[in-house]
Amino acid sequence: MLKLTQVTRSFGATVAVHPTDLSVRPGATTVLIGPSGCGKSTLLRLMIYLIQPDSGSVRFEGTEFNADDVLELRHRMGYVIQDGGLFPHLCAADNVALLARHLGWDETRVSSRLQELADLTRFPVDGFSRFPAQLSGGQRQRVSLMRALMLDPDVLLLDEPLGALDPIVRSELQVELREIFRTLNKTVVMVTHDMGEAGFFGDVIVLMRDGRIVQQGTLSQLLNEPADDFVERFINAQRTALHVLDEGSAS
Amino acid sequence: MKAALRRSVCVALLLSVSAALAADDRAIQVGSKAFTESVILGELVNRMAINAGATANHQREFGGTRVLWNALLRGDLDVYPEYTGTIELEILAGKNIAPGEAGLRAAVEAEGLRMGRPLGFNNTYAIGMREDVAQRLGIRTISDLRDHTDLVLGFSNEFMDRGDGWPSLRDVYKLPHTDVRGLQHDLAYRALQSDDIHAMDLYSTDAEIEYYGLRVLLDDVEHFPTYNAVLIYRPDLAVRAPAVIKALTRLEGAIDGATMSGLNKRAKIDRVSEDQVAADFLETTLRVSSEVVEVTILGRLLQRTREHLTLVLFSLAVAILIAVPLGILSARHQRLGQLILGAAGIIQTIPALALLVFMIPFVGIGEPPAICALLLYSLLPIVRNTYTGLTDIPLHMRESAEALGLKRGVRLRLVELPLASRSILAGIKTSAVINVGFATLGAFIGAGGYGQPILTGLRLDDMGLILQGAVPAAVLALLVQGLFELSERVLVPRGLRLDPID
Repeated sequence: MLKLTQVTRSFGATVAVHPTDLSVRPGATTVLIGPSGCGKSTLLRLMIYLIQPDSGSVRFEGTEFNADDVLELRHRMGYVIQDGGLFPHLCAADNVALLARHLGWDETRVSSRLQELADLTRFPVDGFSRFPAQLSGGQRQRVSLMRALMLDPDVLLLDEPLGALDPIVRSELQVELREIFRTLNKTVVMVTHDMGEAGFFGDVIVLMRDGRIVQQGTLSQLLNEPADDFVERFINAQRTALHVLDEGSAS
Repeated sequence: MKAALRRSVCVALLLSVSAALAADDRAIQVGSKAFTESVILGELVNRMAINAGATANHQREFGGTRVLWNALLRGDLDVYPEYTGTIELEILAGKNIAPGEAGLRAAVEAEGLRMGRPLGFNNTYAIGMREDVAQRLGIRTISDLRDHTDLVLGFSNEFMDRGDGWPSLRDVYKLPHTDVRGLQHDLAYRALQSDDIHAMDLYSTDAEIEYYGLRVLLDDVEHFPTYNAVLIYRPDLAVRAPAVIKALTRLEGAIDGATMSGLNKRAKIDRVSEDQVAADFLETTLRVSSEVVEVTILGRLLQRTREHLTLVLFSLAVAILIAVPLGILSARHQRLGQLILGAAGIIQTIPALALLVFMIPFVGIGEPPAICALLLYSLLPIVRNTYTGLTDIPLHMRESAEALGLKRGVRLRLVELPLASRSILAGIKTSAVINVGFATLGAFIGAGGYGQPILTGLRLDDMGLILQGAVPAAVLALLVQGLFELSERVLVPRGLRLDPID
């Protein structure tokens, strides 16, 4: 699937990612977590080649990213960012269908795919004609997800997809998103800074600090066998959230 | 690719321009300087040429001495009225010219042009003062000015730096005055009346000398030479239209000083159109009859509006084609962008009139240089706003488009340009409004438009005429502004004009 080998990346004098290896497990949800500035978003953007590694390689299904193949590889990936990144000049439907239309899909195919996606994401069909500015934050994220899913990509990359939402909408969408990931059986890589969210989504949790992966494993591995002092402190600091989560799933 | 586009736009522009010129290639182009006497003489030539069966066109108020002489050398003009003293001391200053008319004629021919025989009057420079002021101070001669250092001198701009003008006058008479101002000749008469200046340069056939009862100071060391009016023309005119050359010889010796003063007075003081003045003179003196077409105010307004809009719209359209790609290029390559924006900024600092005149050697006279100059002035606002509009797009928005897997050109077309549309349109609007105002200067180089009545109005001291140009120009500027605000509703995508709900 996605494989990073000894990738590094600096911005000026700041090293964002030290030599790092990471293999993304197909069909599972991998969560990148860590404190601000730990390099998790940089790692995600490296995976879709929005930024290029200074050294090392990024492979997708065995193909190394390069300038010639990048467009085609991106067509097989969906990308969602914090506030959706929707284009304000296009209505919801046009945002979702932009790429498909550019690739020459006919309108019948486009509209049946839109209908499918609206059902999947529980997006009201009458919202398709609205512009991003006329949609709520939660609806915008649904549109953004539909846009990412339009070509039925092999992998979904999400950068704090729920980060800008208020708590109620956020917890509703968490449940729905996990449903969708399971239904589609997609490979998902998600960035979050919230341990509760990481535990909720993550089949694999990758904890990062200062541009390095400190530990990767399941939630219980991180809880029970912390690799070092930092992992323990990071998890303890967010215990409350985990606690609530535990209660939630118990009831 | 961008360079190729730019080149082809320029070529297209030049082609259409030369096509427009070629249309009346056969017409004889008569020029005149931007003062009344020259316009009347130009009109006399124009009417004589038409009477001789030629197609002729009078480029009135075309500019100053240098502009006309160069236009004649290049073939943009075929003939215009000039003065012997001006040729000798200004145009051919520093050249070795044998004394007398024959010597001067030989010198003109050495430049590749021809000079006719004198028309019959000497319009020399003179220095004049209000009679009452001169009387009070006891000034009779130019030398007398030396004792009155506090006097303010006001000279026409051309006189200020002509070889035979103020610099040599000052040296010859050792005039110590420090408050010496350059101003438009016709306005100088008004400044003299309101006592803002105390002495000015006169053309000895000016109608105002008699009208205002001015005292002409005696040129006691005989500094000013003779300025006999003559026609300067291109040698090929004799081949192209021998009948015209023959007809023009009838003007030689036909106008004496008093007659010329009279013609000037009719035009400037009595407000008779130069066309009528010229026609009447030809009728009574040479028995040559010609038609005077009186154009209605509305008809003139329509024609000027057409001319003005041509200047503004054509230059703006080409500017958009050049400036938007330049703006895109600037946004993509930071260093090149600074260079492009810097260059466009420098163009903006060139004074408007200078830019206009600067264009003449490259693209000739009339509309082409005006359009080119307008075009250059239009670049900066559009380039800058395209650049700003594109670079202001947030990074996450650009990355979202990139992550979709769209090519750079497609991203530009489908996402970035629409997002920058409001800013780009604002730049185009700025250029359009500036152009409407700036295009009034086009009249200085024969491009017509609303500047024509302003120019003529200044010359004739006719406020009504000035308003005939200034008011429509202001209205057009407002109209353009309004049209662009309307067009924003069509051209800026609706999604960008909404307020977010949360």
